[in-house]
Amino acid sequence: MRTPLLFGLFALCATGLLAQQAAPADLDVLHVQGNVWLIAGAGGNIAVDIGDMGVVVVDTGLAQNADKVVAAIRKLTDKPIQYIMNTHMHPDHMGGNITVRKAGVTITGANVTGDINDAAAGAAILAHNNVLNRVSAPSGKQAAMAADAWPTDTYISGQKEIYFNDEPIVMMHQPKAHTDGDSFVFFRRSDVVAAGDIFVTTSYPYIDIENGGSIQGEIDALNNLLDIVIPKHEEEGGTYVIPGHGRICDEYDVLEYRDMITIVRDRVQNAIKKGMTIDQVRAAGLTKDFDSRWSAKSGFGTADNFVTAAYKSLSAPAKK
Amino acid sequence: MRIYCDLFMKLSLTLLIPVLCCAPAFAQFAGSMNATQGLDLSGNWTPAPHDEQVGNPALVEYYGVPINDGARAFGLAWSPSRSTVPEHQCQVHLVSYIYGGPLNLRIWAERDPQSQKVIAIKQYISTYEQNRTIWMDGRPHPSPNAPHTWMGFSTGKWEGDMLTVYTTHIKMGELRRNGLLESDQATLVEHFFRYGDLMTHVAIVTDPATLTEPFIRTQTFRLNTTEGQNWLYPCEYVEEVVRPRGEVPNYLPGENPFIAEHANKLHIPVEAALGGAETMYPEYRTTIKSLNAKKASGK
Repeated sequence: MRTPLLFGLFALCATGLLAQQAAPADLDVLHVQGNVWLIAGAGGNIAVDIGDMGVVVVDTGLAQNADKVVAAIRKLTDKPIQYIMNTHMHPDHMGGNITVRKAGVTITGANVTGDINDAAAGAAILAHNNVLNRVSAPSGKQAAMAADAWPTDTYISGQKEIYFNDEPIVMMHQPKAHTDGDSFVFFRRSDVVAAGDIFVTTSYPYIDIENGGSIQGEIDALNNLLDIVIPKHEEEGGTYVIPGHGRICDEYDVLEYRDMITIVRDRVQNAIKKGMTIDQVRAAGLTKDFDSRWSAKSGFGTADNFVTAAYKSLSAPAKK
Repeated sequence: MRIYCDLFMKLSLTLLIPVLCCAPAFAQFAGSMNATQGLDLSGNWTPAPHDEQVGNPALVEYYGVPINDGARAFGLAWSPSRSTVPEHQCQVHLVSYIYGGPLNLRIWAERDPQSQKVIAIKQYISTYEQNRTIWMDGRPHPSPNAPHTWMGFSTGKWEGDMLTVYTTHIKMGELRRNGLLESDQATLVEHFFRYGDLMTHVAIVTDPATLTEPFIRTQTFRLNTTEGQNWLYPCEYVEEVVRPRGEVPNYLPGENPFIAEHANKLHIPVEAALGGAETMYPEYRTTIKSLNAKKASGK
């Protein structure tokens, strides 16, 4: 029940704080490798896979930047946008769904063609089922997001696979991490992973406990990511990772982030064992060694938010 | 006494080098296409023994390094066992640090085939088999969203006979291999000087996340004209320690057992070993004396 309110708060913050990041007139478009490109500056990072069959877009940024995103994609290719994949439910990652969807088309195979009803509705939107649960609402209730932005296809089991642009593309659910509906999107032939907000280079992670996130799930997801990525030479290159926010990374960058979060988890866990209260932990300076690099000045990724979420997450009674 | 000698050498260099290097305006930095400038650095180079080549640093040997409080806390929580984590085993020394180790260094110029102007100065560093490009054609540094690498993205220009290099996009890694961190926000200014068969390399790290002042190191190299050097450094991780998945060795606050080890070995105050900008300067000798006197009097 609290989701729409929280979602609204997030949207406010996102359109305020994140919109400032998205303010520059031009988006930053970088080729990552293989079929995959990064579009940065529209809110959360956007990954785009381009090939003969069309375009897959991972996340769509903030709503107000969606026209720019579509224009940026159109500069790269005139192929149809056929799939949107959402890494999670936050509006800086799926706020542009409606616009990008309308710019696309669903073209199914076999004996149906592009002029069926689905095609008119635009591109298909894929996400974990928990994303749909979080952004939609039962009849008569206020949904967190307009229905046209909702995922059109969801998955419940561990992963969702498609083969597109001569490339296996796998959405891999990461339970209870940043939220409860996070997916990595792994472009296997291009060897690129879009990690969503499980991994960012701009701040501490935002553990959205209200929407099912947890610090242990975050760490588990980062360890899963380390299992996927393989460096080319001396911990550099090879599999590239597009974080939810920030620059293009490889295994070592993920490793430093995983290490940092794990060490903070160990400290908070130790403090809880000692019987320290949340206020004592917040005042203890447990992230002193990481703050100058990782603490955001305000918003979701501050040290205080991170430590508070870690404490709440680790001290919450285990659900049976 | 050794500590005082070491400190004195570091302090002397610290004072001397900024005079030599008077930082240029790097905000406007651009490489030069002028092939007539500068010296030829081409050849194979090996480190020559010099004052700053003191081997691997000890745990909590931070004196002479202008670390901030956060970087010190990072170092004190750092367990050497972290280097045994598979993904850390082949972790490369950063561009600011790699020249200080045992290595063979090859330098050559890449030229435009039409004009014969130098496009880039290339380096191959045997340790960790690192290839480095110093662009001399005036190209800009990449977007902040571009990947960071161990060697970073470098542009260079000749200032008289001194090659000055500016590097960004460096990975997070070791400022020194004892838990001192250099963040991925660091930038590096280098100067290469050649005097016949000797070459001096000066590296000046600026890191807003870990340092309160620029950190300066120098290395000297000798031209090597003999064959038979080792140029390879294959590295593949192995499982050195069986541990739970995702475990990251670290010391919880107040539980590092080695904080005083190095200081006690050298009979210096622990405060000195903990580093910071003040430990770089000659005046700090007075502080050491007063700390020692305080300790001796039991206060």
